[in-house]
Amino acid sequence: MKAITVNNIVKTYTTKKETILAVDDVSFSVEEGEIFGLIGPDGAGKTSIFRILTTLLLADSGSANILGFDVVKNFKEIRDIIGYMPGRFSLYQDLTVEENLEFFATIFNTTIEENYNLVADIYKQLEPFKTRRAGKLSGGMKQKLALSCALIHKPKILFLDEPTTGVDPVSRKELWEMLKRLKAQGITILVSTPYMDEAKLCDRIALMQKGKILQIDTPQNVVNEFGKKLYAVRSENMFPLLMDLREFPQTENCFAFGDKHHLTLKEETFDISELEKHLITRGHSNLTIKKIEPEIEDCFMQLMKAHPNDE
Amino acid sequence: MNKEIVIKTNKLTKKFGNFIAANELTFEVYKGEIFGFLGANGAGKTTAMKMLIGISKPSFGDAKIAGFDVYKQTEQIKRNIGYMSQKFSLYEDLTVKENVRLFGGIYGLSDKEIESKSEELINKLGMQQEADKLVASLPLGWKQKLSFSIAIFHSPKIVFLDEPTGGVDPVTRRQFWDMIYEAAHNGITVFVTTHYMDEAEYCDRVSIMVDGVIKALDSPKNLKSENNAKSMDEVFLILARGAKRGE
Amino acid sequence: MKQLLTFIRKEFHHILRDTRTMMVLLGLPIVQLLIFGFAITNETRNSNIAILDNAKDEVTQKIISRMESSRYFDIDRSLTSNQQIESAFKTGKIKLAVVFQQNFQNELAHANKAQIQLIADATDPNQATTLVNYASSIIMDYQSELNQQNNLPYTINTEMRMLYNPELKGAYSSVPGVMGMILLLISTMMTSISIVREKEMGTMEILLVSPMKPMLVILSKAIPYFIVSLVNIATILLLSVFVLGMPIQGSIFLLIAVTILYLLCALSLGLLISTVTNSQLAAMLISLLGLLLPVVMLSGYAFPIANMPLPLQVISNIVPAKWYIIMVKSVMIKGMGFAGIWKESLIIIGMTFFFLFISVKRFKVRL
Repeated sequence: MKAITVNNIVKTYTTKKETILAVDDVSFSVEEGEIFGLIGPDGAGKTSIFRILTTLLLADSGSANILGFDVVKNFKEIRDIIGYMPGRFSLYQDLTVEENLEFFATIFNTTIEENYNLVADIYKQLEPFKTRRAGKLSGGMKQKLALSCALIHKPKILFLDEPTTGVDPVSRKELWEMLKRLKAQGITILVSTPYMDEAKLCDRIALMQKGKILQIDTPQNVVNEFGKKLYAVRSENMFPLLMDLREFPQTENCFAFGDKHHLTLKEETFDISELEKHLITRGHSNLTIKKIEPEIEDCFMQLMKAHPNDE
Repeated sequence: MNKEIVIKTNKLTKKFGNFIAANELTFEVYKGEIFGFLGANGAGKTTAMKMLIGISKPSFGDAKIAGFDVYKQTEQIKRNIGYMSQKFSLYEDLTVKENVRLFGGIYGLSDKEIESKSEELINKLGMQQEADKLVASLPLGWKQKLSFSIAIFHSPKIVFLDEPTGGVDPVTRRQFWDMIYEAAHNGITVFVTTHYMDEAEYCDRVSIMVDGVIKALDSPKNLKSENNAKSMDEVFLILARGAKRGE
Repeated sequence: MKQLLTFIRKEFHHILRDTRTMMVLLGLPIVQLLIFGFAITNETRNSNIAILDNAKDEVTQKIISRMESSRYFDIDRSLTSNQQIESAFKTGKIKLAVVFQQNFQNELAHANKAQIQLIADATDPNQATTLVNYASSIIMDYQSELNQQNNLPYTINTEMRMLYNPELKGAYSSVPGVMGMILLLISTMMTSISIVREKEMGTMEILLVSPMKPMLVILSKAIPYFIVSLVNIATILLLSVFVLGMPIQGSIFLLIAVTILYLLCALSLGLLISTVTNSQLAAMLISLLGLLLPVVMLSGYAFPIANMPLPLQVISNIVPAKWYIIMVKSVMIKGMGFAGIWKESLIIIGMTFFFLFISVKRFKVRL
């Protein structure tokens, strides 16, 4: 059985002035035991999808089911078997770490002791602060507590809506390590993130933009389907380099990527040493041009271009 | 690079009771530089930034922002800096034009200046169509670009950006950085915090705060070679992994 | 059951840890009661009055001496003609003039009817009304004494603008009013705010996704504030008996029973508010402007309902506090039993069910 099946979900929000299409005919399915990532910026429709799947919101049309339970008809059954961590920090700030965990254990009809082994790993890091109020924890700690609370009733499927947003790289890394371990225990995980570099940590991903899914595949296949030669260019003076690359007639796209600029060309057969010569005449020193494997972010930007938005 | 100093701090410290949020920060930022101010959650970045923009009084230590003292000359500091944060940037229930006028007015620009500069700003952003629309109706990326433009509308010496690109799409994020580059190119010093480590690479120099102290400060290139790391992400992990503090 | 207990304990953590709010919740009734009971009292003592006695007979002398001995009035002067009345007022010294008709005793004895004119300085209308009421009640007292001795009823006509009101002490009318207001404020506002806070903080999302039944969530929100309200009732009653010296004439159990009834009504109203709002601010504004204001204005607590224009009188019927205040007055002051207040009880019960019905209809199992 599929862990999650989503068929042609559409969701709109109507305000006084306009109707916003938040989820536009989205379909995908998640296998049991998989980490599936919804990757996209704010406004991609990720949170709406999470709320529809966690039975908090009704879709305008389309259907979805969780382990065979329909999200509309069987919402009670679904609420027993899922764990949900909303995007915003949603714990009681005036309760201590321990009180929060106890509270959520009880309302899910369980105790901390019963499922301690599942959260032990994460909770151990929190235990030194267990009498501290949740509101006084740092961002990374809050996320760990929220994850513990979402896990305490041993859900079959875990829904994590942007668990790493606003969290520093160290905590982000730790969180992903935890997800890996949870997956090893057989828990299916649906996770969303605006950080493209986290995509490669998922088994499969759906790249999303403005309510639409641009592509669904494994991260490796997404990269493989990039289908163009990609060059990393660097020199001593990166900003003028970016300007010069963009003005170069053969340039299709050029974006800054950390300490390099990623470049695709209009003609695949173009001799790249021509570009090198051109840049040297423009006065760039320490120039390197290297053909590289694209990253998910390259793919995302290429897909964004292929699906011109109606802004 | 022009080595004129625009931010200079000496043992800048902020205590809350027994808790030292920022401990003896000493650094310099040069004119026209893009200075990345990184740190783990709870490392004290926000506290430090608040002292620099003159809204929080240091416990001790000195700092001069654009030549003005953070204790006595906060008014002058505010006039010479721009500030943009992810949380608050623009009035959603005002139109694009009204926002520009408002902030122009706040910084004491003359009507004539506002008139000519706001037209220039709107044309540059390609927002002629949206000039009379409410900010609330704009996509996030446009809002961020607009609020950056407004932050540098009064030609400040330094602009402080607090996680300016959170949640925006990759293309907009890069367009945003193009704007930052351009501002720096025009001599505006950019002081920026971010959680995107690839953005740290765009900075001329980067400081990394851990547990209230500046643990490293150098160009991304030097930081990588010192720590034997391939990317800033790795540098960050190496330096911040030992962080003890849970805010 | 364990879920419920844990949830209630959690609510108490919220309440107890927010010390400022807790101080307000527990301190407000005390402050209110003391302010309304002592400081802002409608009582007017030792007001100067003038007497124009055109009869000068036994009956008028008796009435005058009663007025003089009352703590409300000091007789400033005796007048001899109608012309003097105006100048007495103009010097500003007197607040009320009492005018007896000629041959007062004779008229009363033979026609069974006599006239007393009460002229009040209406520049302060409230005070004027109060003084007229005091005077009227003294006259009525005297009249009813006379009537006990006599088979033929005497009527002394006074120019009354208000009905007979035996509760002359300020605290008598403010205690029921404060009870009606405080209980509504705490139960309704705090319940609605605490539910809406869960929505605002995002915790409602997790609660909804949990197997916990929404009814349990609501119940566990209501119970802590119910208990806090009971504490408040105890404070108010103790204060009013021992500090304000206001005895409880009727059954204390009946009083507590109707109060609990009113509390349930207030709690269900709070619930209703929480189902229609999404922010704590909105919940507070609705509670304050939509409830507190009507309670103060329309419940008969601050302004007599009988003096209101008809539309407001009609609207006052949908204010639960009005009915509760009537019940408290009846039981506490008049010493009535359940027989005297069953109609009001039924109205409150009806309102409670109405609020509950709408809230359950509106309560969403989704966002």
